[in-house]
Amino acid sequence: MSWVETVYNYSYFVGAFGLIMIGLYAVMVKTNLIKILIGINLIDVGVNIFLVSLGYIKGKGAPIFSNASVTPANSIDPIPQALVLTAIVIGVAVTALSLSVIIKLYQHYKTLDISKIREMRW
Amino acid sequence: MKKIIATLILLVFTFYTYNTIKGFRFGHDFLNAKTNNKKISQKIEPAGKHYLENNKLENNASNVVTSIVVSYRGFDTLGEVTVLFLAATGLGVILTLTKKEDDDENENDSSEGEPSLIVKTASRILFPLIFIFGAYVFIHGHLTPGGGFQGGTIIASAYLMMFLSYSNFKINHSIFKSIESMSGLTFISIGLVGLIGFGIFLKLNLIPMGVFNTLFSAGLIPIVYIIVGFKVGSELTAVVDSYRENW
Repeated sequence: MSWVETVYNYSYFVGAFGLIMIGLYAVMVKTNLIKILIGINLIDVGVNIFLVSLGYIKGKGAPIFSNASVTPANSIDPIPQALVLTAIVIGVAVTALSLSVIIKLYQHYKTLDISKIREMRW
Repeated sequence: MKKIIATLILLVFTFYTYNTIKGFRFGHDFLNAKTNNKKISQKIEPAGKHYLENNKLENNASNVVTSIVVSYRGFDTLGEVTVLFLAATGLGVILTLTKKEDDDENENDSSEGEPSLIVKTASRILFPLIFIFGAYVFIHGHLTPGGGFQGGTIIASAYLMMFLSYSNFKINHSIFKSIESMSGLTFISIGLVGLIGFGIFLKLNLIPMGVFNTLFSAGLIPIVYIIVGFKVGSELTAVVDSYRENW
């Protein structure tokens, strides 16, 4: 029963690493370039969820002092959230740039299958 | 064969990940935790605790995440904005490397896939509302969840909706490029004023700090976030437009 309890208590970690696993599987197995990019995005989202859930403290709320009931003593760690904000923006930049490269590859080779594109098969 | 190898790699990865993170406790109060090591516990205070407790005194902003992003790690945010700018520029360069010659064919294609009148009217009504919501999100970045990046993305999504519903909707590229460059320059020059005058990059109390938890508070944080909102909004709109033009 111990591993069931572990999964129950650490469901955020399990979900985050589940997303990372699905993304890695897509990157390794799929041959469609768009699907590989979706896999990379899933890894990105999984890492972000893992970082945010590391900063969570049980029974405490968001670190926004807009009403008097929120004090420094009952708010969670703000640093992972600020870092994840940066990571999301970088993820958007990476996705946009790689989509433009995929568009150029498609216009040149008329296919998205990397096993058919020269010098990109494994 | 490839699937079996991938599954094996993932199993090994899972095993080592489990062994690495099984010591972490979800929801553990590490900010106020006492360490067993007496030498360390006297000296080290978690950075998050310092930010939470001194934020009101140092930044006067209600949203601690915003004050970390803009104030404590303002230089980091400048680098983040630069990465976004580089990606948008590189995307424009890659997409326009080889111009397509069959332009007349594109014109014919676009007139066929015209959306219906309902979509057009609804998006014409919704466009200013979404725009105002984006402006609200980045103006109130120091009071509520949100900020420059989120508000800019909402504004870009309003433009994306217009691109989808009007196939001949055009934006003026030179205006968007000048908004983007002017806001980037303003961000850097605000930071440099603090660096040259006071020796601190992005010194916040160049202007009055205001009353806590009102719109005019937190010194330069709302101004910097409004600039970032303009920059991100115009940048992402240009990205969406260059995808649409060069597809």
